[in-house]
Amino acid sequence: MSVRALGHAYGELRTIECLDLEVEPHGVVGLVGPSGCGKSTLLELICGLLEPSTGTVQVGGGAAPSERLSRSAYMPQRDLLLPWYSAIDNAALALRNRGLGKAEARRQASGLFERFGLAGFERTAPAELSGGMRQRVAFLRTLVSGKPVLALDEPFAALDAITRAEMQEWLARALRADPRTVVLVTHDVEEALYLCDRVAVLSARPARIVAELRVPAPRLEDRDAAVTDPAFVAVRERALRALHEGSR
Amino acid sequence: MRRWLLPALLLGTLIGAWQLAASSGVIAEALSLEDFLVPSPSEIASSLWENRSLLGENAWVTLREIVFGLGCALVAGLGFAVVMYRWVTIRDATYPLIVASQTIPIMVVAPILVVWFGFGIGPKLVIVALVCFFPITVSTISGLGSADPEAIKLMRSLDASRWQIFRRVEVPTALPSAFIGTRIAVVLAPIAALFGEQAGSSAGLGHLIIQDNAQLEVAREFATVFVLAAIALVLMGLVALAERRIVNWR
Repeated sequence: MSVRALGHAYGELRTIECLDLEVEPHGVVGLVGPSGCGKSTLLELICGLLEPSTGTVQVGGGAAPSERLSRSAYMPQRDLLLPWYSAIDNAALALRNRGLGKAEARRQASGLFERFGLAGFERTAPAELSGGMRQRVAFLRTLVSGKPVLALDEPFAALDAITRAEMQEWLARALRADPRTVVLVTHDVEEALYLCDRVAVLSARPARIVAELRVPAPRLEDRDAAVTDPAFVAVRERALRALHEGSR
Repeated sequence: MRRWLLPALLLGTLIGAWQLAASSGVIAEALSLEDFLVPSPSEIASSLWENRSLLGENAWVTLREIVFGLGCALVAGLGFAVVMYRWVTIRDATYPLIVASQTIPIMVVAPILVVWFGFGIGPKLVIVALVCFFPITVSTISGLGSADPEAIKLMRSLDASRWQIFRRVEVPTALPSAFIGTRIAVVLAPIAALFGEQAGSSAGLGHLIIQDNAQLEVAREFATVFVLAAIALVLMGLVALAERRIVNWR
């Protein structure tokens, strides 16, 4: 996945300016930045849901919107589970859209329900699931699409701190089991550093990258140990300072 | 329990008061009318029983007009809503005209339709369908337009075609509003059928009411109104039942 000299504007409002970003296959890159800086717009550009004003976005070597759409899956901020479908039918949406029958789509998705701690909740209506569970189903829906690139837009922003920490560990495990190329947008520096190999800090609008930080030992098994490791704390301080400067 | 008990109590009290007032002749005296012109609930009930076959035959005629007219309105209304939603040009061209057409009073249209289509079921179907078409179309269109743009974006990212987005996101989103329109239509349909029959007919509850009115058969007139109300209530119940089965995620 590569972004080169990217610019985007809604009319007069310039959201992104001259942004370069490269993500190697199976790399996990975090984007942090002040709110309203164009992070979500960047994800939509990557996924082929929006077109850049200047520059190029390539996903798997293809720059056409249809190529980007077919190679990346977008996970929006809200879970957006469709209330008229059960959890498993929501997770299997991409398969159904590709023309698979209901039974076959469910069968393929049910394996992931087992693996990701959702067994027994296949037929549950979204409204009856807890916030964390809904977010898991939403993530599985993205994973089931089978696309090499996942664009996650603040996936855990709506959760309370304890559930969020649990979900971060869960996502780290999920990505170890099923590695993908991931672009993760978040406003939580700790979350970005814990989940990603690399974190790009964005400036206020129009967004450009003000700092890129490598994370020393990403995705440790034990989150509590990982986020209190001195090396982690040092990078976290650098990220916070860069964020501060960029939002000026 | 409370939901049913309170209205039932109130209804019982009202009917009881009416029974007392009518059978003692208080109302007739106050209006200086003959007693038989102010029937009591018990007289209406016995008229309902004595005329059961006459009322049944005419109710069957009116019921068919209502149900088929509603059916036409549903098919046309839902179909037209989808067409107007998908093709903005058609919507822009027709929507103002459809709204403006609602200012034409149905009492004026009904006799003209009888002149054109005769005394049979035809003009009644058209009248019922005309009246019911508007609420169904308008509510469905606004329902289709209220689909979450973020959900549509998500579906695009999950390889959905335009048709799949329509079927899996927009249609389910629109269903509750379509049902609101249908409920309004079900309330309007019996009134529309009555207008149609009063403009010219050889059978039906509206036809019966005109005859009874001329012959001062007031008790039977009340009985007819009772039958019409019962039809409307049953239809409303059926729509509510269908809504609960189809919109089962709420």
